[in-house]
Amino acid sequence: MAKVRLAPVLRSFAGGSKIVNAQGDTLGALLTNLYQSYPSLKEQIQPEQELSRFVNVYVDDQDVRYLQGLETPVSESATVTLLPAMAGGR
Amino acid sequence: MGEAFREILRQARQHVPEWSSAQVNEALKQRKQNDSDFTLVDVREKTEWNEGYIPGAIHVPRGHLESQIEETVPDKSKRVILYCAGGVRSLMAANTLQQMGYDDVVSMAGGFGQWKGSGLDFQLPRILNEAQSKRYSRHLLVPEVGEQGQLKLLDSKVLFIGAGGLGSPAALYLAAAGVGTIGIIDADVVDDSNLQRQVLHNTERIGQYKAESARITLTALNPDVKVNTYIERLDETNVKQLVSEYDLIIDGTDNFPTRYLLNDAALIYNKPVVHGSVFRFEGQVTVFQPYQGPCYRCLYPSPPPPALAPSCAEAGVLGVLPGIIGLLQATEAIKVLLGIGEPLVGRLLTYDALSGEFNELRLFRDPNCPACGEHGHPEDLPTYADVCAIPA
Repeated sequence: MAKVRLAPVLRSFAGGSKIVNAQGDTLGALLTNLYQSYPSLKEQIQPEQELSRFVNVYVDDQDVRYLQGLETPVSESATVTLLPAMAGGR
Repeated sequence: MGEAFREILRQARQHVPEWSSAQVNEALKQRKQNDSDFTLVDVREKTEWNEGYIPGAIHVPRGHLESQIEETVPDKSKRVILYCAGGVRSLMAANTLQQMGYDDVVSMAGGFGQWKGSGLDFQLPRILNEAQSKRYSRHLLVPEVGEQGQLKLLDSKVLFIGAGGLGSPAALYLAAAGVGTIGIIDADVVDDSNLQRQVLHNTERIGQYKAESARITLTALNPDVKVNTYIERLDETNVKQLVSEYDLIIDGTDNFPTRYLLNDAALIYNKPVVHGSVFRFEGQVTVFQPYQGPCYRCLYPSPPPPALAPSCAEAGVLGVLPGIIGLLQATEAIKVLLGIGEPLVGRLLTYDALSGEFNELRLFRDPNCPACGEHGHPEDLPTYADVCAIPA
């Protein structure tokens, strides 16, 4: 069971949780599993086939765009981070 | 001159070769041309060094010679040429270096006095004045900063985009640290609701321009600092001019269009941007060093829709959080300006105040980035209309 760390703006789509669990050997499989528990997250992270351009996804601190995208392997002990851009400075 | 002293001098002369100032001058010319390798060491006291030294020399006062020379000249097979004011102290110092195992030590006969007397070139060091030496004494004690580092900070120009939550603590500490020129661009006025976190301002200044309020606070803290204020918004008409005039930019903006605009100008003028953002209990920091790490567009190719754009929602933030993130930005700025440590280039540091956790994410430069990639054109990219549904 990998841990999924959600950025603050995504938490309302997962009942307010900061960290949730999801299962899957690859990032794609894990996200599909995640959407079963929290269907409204799908619209934010993966509205179409591909990952949203607005949300950066990291597996163990590495950006999956530079790994294997949705095919990136995810270990049992992995942490997946979902992080959209933040602009607040004031 | 006592008998014993004369004897020591005589013995030193037997072991240490002496060069005339003309010979040393010739060696320095050679060093410039063909990179012949030696170190020229001035062993006089600081007050003497301050009145002028031979260009290319390093300063290791006689009193600290034994303890410092191995750090400065680790290679003992390398030639070391020493000089003092008249040629006596350098002879003694040379003798000491031989005892310490230096193979090739030379003393300059006649010292700096004869050098100057022969009309040879000398340099006056830039030094801190007495008040500055006192003010920055804690920096001077840190070898990574020291007097040269402090002078570098005093020569540095940092531009703050926004004198708000992030800009306030960062500007306060960089002004205290002696960053010589601080530019602040902010078109807003101080509002009651800012004071929970924007520590540059105060209750009396509600209604005043933030840039002006910032200038008053910063110059009161440190009169060494020149504060330039720009009571305007950063836009296409001013971004290039502003970015080109500063060495580094602290990005504390609250909206995506400005961040893209700034990113592209920073790439054009090759200026580092220290990026920070905050939301409720969480913040993030990174350094965008053009062409050495990713840029903002590598990280976020396009702005998120309003639902995911936290600046636009009335999201709120814990007042101390921008303090922490802004000071991390200030720290990174000093590292970049001084060229020390490992700045957060290609690393996004995130802080979660509630759990008390720092995490680090690795960022990569996108080879196909429309701004900084191989075929990138930062000068003609869209900056996007403001995605905010609700004004920030």
